[in-house]
Amino acid sequence: MTGITDLASAGGASGASGVPSLWTLAAGAAGAGDKLQAPSIEYGKLSPVLIVLGAAALGVVIDAFAPRKARYGAQLFVVLAGLAAAFAAVIGLAASGVGSSKAQIAGMGALAIDGPTLFLQGTLLLVGIVGAFTFAERRLEPAAHGSRVDSFAAQPASVPGGEGEREAVKAGWTTTEVFPLLMFAVGGMMLFPAANDLLTLFIALEVFSLPLYLLCALARRRRLLSQEAAVKYFLLGAFSSAFLLFGTALLYGYAGTVNYSGIARVVSGADAVSDPVLADTTGNDALLLIGGALVVMGLLFKVGAVPFHMWTPDVYQGAPTPVTGFMAAATKVAAFGALLRLLYVVLPGLRWDWRPVMWGVAILTMLGGAVVAITQTDIKRLLAYSSIAHAGFLLAGVIATSEDGISSVLFYLGAYSFVTLGAFAVVTLVRDAGGEATHLSKWAGLGRRSPLLAAVFAVFLLAFAGIPLTSGFAGKFAVFKAAAEGGAGALVVVGVIASAIAAFFYLRVIVLMFFSEPQADGPSVAVPSVMTTSAIALGVVVTVVLGVAPQYFLDLAGQAGVFVR
Amino acid sequence: MIGLLVGVPLLGAAVLLCGGRRLDRSGHWVGTLLAAVSFAIGAALFASMLGESAGSRAMHSKLFSWVPVEGFQADVAFQLDQLSMTFVLLITGVGTLIHLYSVGYMEHDPARRRFFGYLNLFLAAMLLLVLADNYLLLYVGWEGVGLASYLLIGFWQHKPTAATAAKKAFIVNRVGDAGLAIAIFLMFTTFGSFAFAPVLSSAGDASEGKLTAIGLMLLLAACGKSAQVPLQSWLGDAMEGPTPVSALIHAATMVTAGVYLITRSGAIFNGAPDAQLVVVVVGGVTLLFGAIVGCAKDDIKKALAGSTMSQIGYMILAAGLGPIGYAFAIMHLVTHGFFKAGLFLGAGSVMHGMNDEVDMRRYGGLRKYMPVTFVTFGLGYLAIIGFPGLSGFFSKDQIIEAAFAKGGTEGWILGAVTLLGAAITAYYMTRVMLMTFFGEERWRQAPTPSPAEPDVEPAAETRGEHAEPHPHESPKVMTIPMIVLAFGSVFAGGIFKAGESFVNWLEPVTAFEHGHSPVSASAVTAATVVSLVIGVGAAWFQYGRKPVPVVAPRGNLLTRAARRDLLQDDFNHVVLVSGGTHLTRSLVYVDHKVVDGAVNGTAATFGGLSGRLRRLQNGFARSYAVSMFGGAAVLIAATLLMRAV
Repeated sequence: MTGITDLASAGGASGASGVPSLWTLAAGAAGAGDKLQAPSIEYGKLSPVLIVLGAAALGVVIDAFAPRKARYGAQLFVVLAGLAAAFAAVIGLAASGVGSSKAQIAGMGALAIDGPTLFLQGTLLLVGIVGAFTFAERRLEPAAHGSRVDSFAAQPASVPGGEGEREAVKAGWTTTEVFPLLMFAVGGMMLFPAANDLLTLFIALEVFSLPLYLLCALARRRRLLSQEAAVKYFLLGAFSSAFLLFGTALLYGYAGTVNYSGIARVVSGADAVSDPVLADTTGNDALLLIGGALVVMGLLFKVGAVPFHMWTPDVYQGAPTPVTGFMAAATKVAAFGALLRLLYVVLPGLRWDWRPVMWGVAILTMLGGAVVAITQTDIKRLLAYSSIAHAGFLLAGVIATSEDGISSVLFYLGAYSFVTLGAFAVVTLVRDAGGEATHLSKWAGLGRRSPLLAAVFAVFLLAFAGIPLTSGFAGKFAVFKAAAEGGAGALVVVGVIASAIAAFFYLRVIVLMFFSEPQADGPSVAVPSVMTTSAIALGVVVTVVLGVAPQYFLDLAGQAGVFVR
Repeated sequence: MIGLLVGVPLLGAAVLLCGGRRLDRSGHWVGTLLAAVSFAIGAALFASMLGESAGSRAMHSKLFSWVPVEGFQADVAFQLDQLSMTFVLLITGVGTLIHLYSVGYMEHDPARRRFFGYLNLFLAAMLLLVLADNYLLLYVGWEGVGLASYLLIGFWQHKPTAATAAKKAFIVNRVGDAGLAIAIFLMFTTFGSFAFAPVLSSAGDASEGKLTAIGLMLLLAACGKSAQVPLQSWLGDAMEGPTPVSALIHAATMVTAGVYLITRSGAIFNGAPDAQLVVVVVGGVTLLFGAIVGCAKDDIKKALAGSTMSQIGYMILAAGLGPIGYAFAIMHLVTHGFFKAGLFLGAGSVMHGMNDEVDMRRYGGLRKYMPVTFVTFGLGYLAIIGFPGLSGFFSKDQIIEAAFAKGGTEGWILGAVTLLGAAITAYYMTRVMLMTFFGEERWRQAPTPSPAEPDVEPAAETRGEHAEPHPHESPKVMTIPMIVLAFGSVFAGGIFKAGESFVNWLEPVTAFEHGHSPVSASAVTAATVVSLVIGVGAAWFQYGRKPVPVVAPRGNLLTRAARRDLLQDDFNHVVLVSGGTHLTRSLVYVDHKVVDGAVNGTAATFGGLSGRLRRLQNGFARSYAVSMFGGAAVLIAATLLMRAV
């Protein structure tokens, strides 16, 4: 807290001297420059995030002080209890009408607690719970010297293949730090779509990105690949963060504020900027357009849209598969939530400027993801390109610029995240001597050896492809409908073509699994514990229920489809 | 209450088909009992209906709203009026008797429970068909009847001929079903509804062209279900099913559905004289067609099948005459239900006693061995040829009279056709009678492979057993239904005719006009009797006076054609099958060359594109960063450009 006090007092002191302060502006205390207002925090409204971050901090303490043997159980308990409690808090808030009539800006203007926020936070918490299940799976890897281990490196700091690694494995160590990292990531992601000013947005981005970079580096097998993926992700992520930050600065220069609605008011001309220091820059449209574009690009990097997608396949392939699943599902939810809020709350006045550009991005993303996926031979890379194509479909819904657009994207995110989690959980089960057998040729004839697993994976693939009676169809239909009604008919046509291309490679995997002869030295299917089983089962149930009876959830997303300004 | 009529047999079907083996011992009685319960409910409703005055006898009962959409209201609702009531009593009454008979007939069949399940399903579907208060629900019953007939005709599906026959019946019926579906669409676009009440009451307001179109489509539907030319070809092959099924299809259910449909839609046909004319023509052609086929068949069931086709032709013809004929069509339908069921059950009884032999040339002199069957079959025979005083006489005579009453040249032609039909009917039925029950006992002669009709071949497997048959009377459970039906064959017509009771009963639904025949009623009756005598005499001359050869003579061209069902299958094959084959072949060609070419070309294009784009993903973080930077530059430029233009 000292940092904030310092800044605030500096702002208070500087208010008189005319140097603008972000904090005084953020607090909306423009007229009371020389008097420090005590910040008011709505703890109740922020409780979901606070619970998750608190549990994360508790996890760090546990890892520091609890004996090694007790850590796994304690961490898992804290994670699940924390996520469940936070989910209960979200439900409580939604039930008390915070999602609709009582939506408000909280935390001194930093966070918006409204329908989309609660919907996305609830989705993220469920994704977090399922992700924690896959993180905690300890039955797939063969026991190392008598102790059960998970998908994560015994001692991440040790050199791959070195003496230290051998000893750590021998000692049966495991990286229980993944649990607090997971919790920090979830906490940051929950803040991300709630962020109501650009600085909070940036901080939330870093809060969830840094743990993800670390998690990507923690694979137990193929550690070099994993570490390479993490470094790439970190470098490119830092690059995109710079975009975001630079854009923030330009927008501040334009509007004299980083607050979303403040910027929107300046854009629409409702507010004028009176700050003399910014006299040279305010109202300069170039700043607004470039700044807005840079901020949006920072978010497009996170959702994996073309041409900011290139990290996706490498990182998805290298990261430990449970991390890939969690990251693929949760990052999309958080980043699309933030993108929606940014475009709908900050830049609606610029709709005619950003829409054509986003059209181009959406078309490139849909077609690029689908086309390149055709020639992939690794199942994780295939799913990575599939996630790029899906980002394109989601962008079509974002471009709709209507309430239906918001709710359809929310629904799509919920549906897509569970399919993704389930699909990657299935990938963790197909193994051979070298760990997970991710090369597609290994999957030939899987349907004959393990019909149930192959059938489940086929359900997920059909959902990805958007076949009716799966959640993928309901989501895609909602998104395309919203886009078509929003005047983006041509985009929908491209989307349908991309879907057709995408269907090819999804079905190819199904054909491979069910209609090819199994290889002699094919992989075996590991028998998981109840945790991965329930993650997969939940994925199937959500996929089918949302596919067969989507209306209730569409209504739910529809009620959550209004941003507070 | 009305719902129960359908619900009880439906429940029976569900219980029997899902009940599993534990019902194997009792299932047939469950099925029979439920059919009887349905009949009892029908009888109770009939009694209460009789208590009402003629105008207020129709009952309505809405079960639930099926498709409640704005502008499209489909209900599961029933309408029980005099017409439906007649059918309900016929279906459940004759149906129950056939159930009872099947208990004996199917005694040794291992799948008897399944058989009774299908029978109950058949009843339920047919009852739904006649009780529906709108065309959409009727369509459900219509399809249900098609399904049940498919299951029953192919009941012995281990015989390839039975499986083929079932498929044939189903496919030919699809053609008719398409007609009904189109008729319903047309109704919806014309009247905005497909419930009977709004459609039929406002039929007068629609243009004649539309009514004609709807009427022709309804006729197509009726042709399918009622085996009228040109969709008649399934009926003969349907004899592959167990004989009780034939009785059920021919007497109480299925083939009567077409007559019901046309009579029910009378208001539409009344407004479309052209459609009516087509109906009459179809009825007349089928009448003669079936009768001629019936003359040439040596297979007892197929001879009866030809007869059914011909008799349904009479009904369709009567229904096509309009209000002067509707009541007689239904009346003939009911009397026909009695005697045709009796005849089929009798045929089944004969087969039962003759090791499933169906070739009449291997029967002969059976009256001594099967007295009950002989008497009941004989009474049915007298009824169908229209022997004065029996059921068929009254109903057929009325139709012939109405045909003359149509008036003009048309009336004379129709009258002549119906009279000719009556003569041929007398001929072929006498032939059946003589070959089966009279003459020498040809079954004692050594069996030889029959060179005759190739399509009676299935009987060869039983013929191959060299065991000489020992004709014997069937058990009581089979003869009792036959006796009951014989009573109906004798008396039903007289009761209906007495005081015009049947016509008056139906009048509120179908309307009735007295036709004005150019020839007097007594003259028509006399002509009918004369043609009857000519037919019987000719048959006796040919089959009674001299012994019947065991091996069928080659016969003249017409006989040979009639043995092949007047070349109906050859016609279908040449015109429809080969045409369809050519069409599919050319489509396959187009598919291979054009569609596949385009598809493969597209796939190759995208595959190549994919392979090239893939190379951009080279694994170097620096290239990725450049791509991001370049992308960002392009996007910013594009954004600025958008503002500029």
